[in-house]
Amino acid sequence: MWSQIKTAFSMLAVFTVLTGLIYPALVTGLAQECFPRQANGSMIRRAGKVVGSGLIGQPFSDPKYFWGRPSATLPYPYNAANSGASNLGPSNPVLLSEVRARVQALRAADPEDRADVPVDLVTASGSGLDPDISPAAAFYQAARVARARHLKLSRVRRLIARHVTGRQFGILGEPRVNVLKLNLALDRMR
Amino acid sequence: MTGNDYLQVALLLGVLALLVKPLGGYMAGVYEGRIAFLNRFAAPVENRIYRLCGVDPAEEMHWTRYALAMLSFNLLGMLAVYALQRVQAHLPLNPEAFPAVSPGSSFNTAVSYATNTNWQDYSGEATMSYLTQMAGLTVQNFVSAASGMAVLVAMIRGFARDAAATIGNFWVDMTRSTLYILLPLSLLLALVLVSQGVVQTFSAYRTVPLLQPLHYRAVRQSGAGQRITDAGDNPVTEKLVRKNQLIAVGPAASQVAIKQIGTNGGGFFNANSAHPFENPTPLSDFLEMIAIVLIPAALCYTFGSMVGDRRQGRAIFAAMAIMFVAMLVPVEHFEQAGNPLLAKTGVSQTANALQSGGNMEGKEVRFGVVNSALWATLTTTTSNGSVNSALDSFTPLAGMVPMGALQLGEVVFGGVGSGLYGMLVFAIIAVFVAGLMIGRTPEYLGKKIQAFEMKMAAVVILIPPFLILVGTAIAVMIPAGRVAAANPGPHGFSEILYAFSSAAANNGSAFAGLSSNTPFYNTALGLVMLFGRYWLMVPVLAIAGALVRKKKVPVSAGTMPTHTPLFVILLIGTIFIVGALAFFPVLALGPIAEYLKMVAVH
Repeated sequence: MWSQIKTAFSMLAVFTVLTGLIYPALVTGLAQECFPRQANGSMIRRAGKVVGSGLIGQPFSDPKYFWGRPSATLPYPYNAANSGASNLGPSNPVLLSEVRARVQALRAADPEDRADVPVDLVTASGSGLDPDISPAAAFYQAARVARARHLKLSRVRRLIARHVTGRQFGILGEPRVNVLKLNLALDRMR
Repeated sequence: MTGNDYLQVALLLGVLALLVKPLGGYMAGVYEGRIAFLNRFAAPVENRIYRLCGVDPAEEMHWTRYALAMLSFNLLGMLAVYALQRVQAHLPLNPEAFPAVSPGSSFNTAVSYATNTNWQDYSGEATMSYLTQMAGLTVQNFVSAASGMAVLVAMIRGFARDAAATIGNFWVDMTRSTLYILLPLSLLLALVLVSQGVVQTFSAYRTVPLLQPLHYRAVRQSGAGQRITDAGDNPVTEKLVRKNQLIAVGPAASQVAIKQIGTNGGGFFNANSAHPFENPTPLSDFLEMIAIVLIPAALCYTFGSMVGDRRQGRAIFAAMAIMFVAMLVPVEHFEQAGNPLLAKTGVSQTANALQSGGNMEGKEVRFGVVNSALWATLTTTTSNGSVNSALDSFTPLAGMVPMGALQLGEVVFGGVGSGLYGMLVFAIIAVFVAGLMIGRTPEYLGKKIQAFEMKMAAVVILIPPFLILVGTAIAVMIPAGRVAAANPGPHGFSEILYAFSSAAANNGSAFAGLSSNTPFYNTALGLVMLFGRYWLMVPVLAIAGALVRKKKVPVSAGTMPTHTPLFVILLIGTIFIVGALAFFPVLALGPIAEYLKMVAVH
């Protein structure tokens, strides 16, 4: 029995070193060598300065910016040090009232548009950090953004079209628009 | 579902089917020690480990000794993970200076990772140091998976060997599973994941500027972290501004790779595989889904190969695949149909070229409905439990399927090792039922199934329903159990039922609104995880020990073949009848009641 425990202890020690220290260190070394940009958070740089991560969304509420997915992170939205979803059940009255309030806020910012709101624009994402919205959600906001920036609607729509990422290899996932990258591009438009 | 949705599902199943044979054959070779390449180049490393630890690789173990080795190794693993969490503040690789984890949560997490459950009552990026994630959690990701595979291989030997006394050597089976199967696959997957954007660094969290500063209201706190309240006991809020975003990073890719390959499922970050740094692109999502189901599926081929009759493995695989598709269809359907309560709020939930539509609460745009539903089904039919969308926000009947998958005992692919040994126990029950019907002594793979094996098999299939139903009943009877539910009505009940189902099945996914980091849930779920793992593994090893001693009965005209479509149907029927009898009433109180309520309002 005692020798059994001793073997178990040595085995645990060996595998802790092998899979808990050497393996992660090896992956880190290779990752930093081969894919340094991705391994460090896919940061976006403008003029040498980091302006955000291409994979982590940011909160927007100004009419002149495109808005992203609602975020349920605590204690404030898009808290990238505490990811999470709302976990509201489908029949929870709170979910219904939150969706209603978001629809109202979008309508208030653009009273002329009576089209149905794309669902991803009024429902919280799974991570609370979703960097993307659907192309439908981007086009829905085009008129508001164009008006707030005194730009031609057609220019804004062209900008969105340029920022649509299609399905990977034409098959995988869903078409989407990265909100931070789109807004950065907007700020550079004259 | 749109045409592209079907294409994505078909592609996943197609790639999986292509990989089953090569990997399954390789694994059989690993356990039988006949891969020439490994014997030449890797064996020196393997043998050095044995010498270092005082293991004689040629020693053959009786089932009791095999079980003792497995249990002592797992127990020490638990103690190590517990200790690491308690002292992490004083150890290196803790750039965010996280304090010690509480004793209750440390216990729950230690049990959770050693049992291959990976239930998480904590938020990874706000609780665990990099060292704890690596040397504690990643290690258990490997060795708990390897323990499951070892027990399966021992059980297969019970069928394959003729009138023997021993079922192999636990240390050898565990070491080979880790060195030759789990490590190489994880290394490969980790690097591909980094190329897609999964982070892998030891640096501290990054601070980036916000393009638009964030104004928000928060509850005011005193210096000691206490909420400040006014005269009417309402919390006092204050206006705050943030100009920066603190972004959690860390050595995530190495852990995410093994969490999928070993059907572990514990996230590096709180949002698990919905987090863009764990699962950044549709390709990473596809590869992680393949990784979740790869080993459990391929082990069917390993099984057929090791018992010397590939048709047996094919029959088991067919039963699993049929059940998987039958479960996937309703999840996809109900999630794509969307939430009926949102129909009159001016929201468009219809799929078209510009949006996936459907029920998007708790889902990520890059995955849409089809990949969220596919992942949910994969992660709960296997014992993985990682999530790329919030299951708590699934529509009632779509959420019922993952819960049902847990309650069927995760034998549809199932955990690495544990899925197939669970399935073989159901096969034993199925031949027994068939034997009763035709009046013959039941046999499986040439071994007579007698009273002892049946008793053990009954234990294996009865313990999970017992744990789930009794656990849920206790939780809903006491205030400490009820208060944790976040959602009102039947959905709150579903959250509690799901937690016990997940713990008993060693899955680890959650209807995550449940606040489970409390003394009651830490203890109750911790115990359920322990019983759900080891009260099944030990009887399984006992079955192996009993079977291995029996002489093989030659096939005769009276033998019921177990590789035919008829047997596949019988096996599926057995699983669903056992599951339905035990769980239909309780499902009626949760998801079915919620569905009927929603339809009535609608």
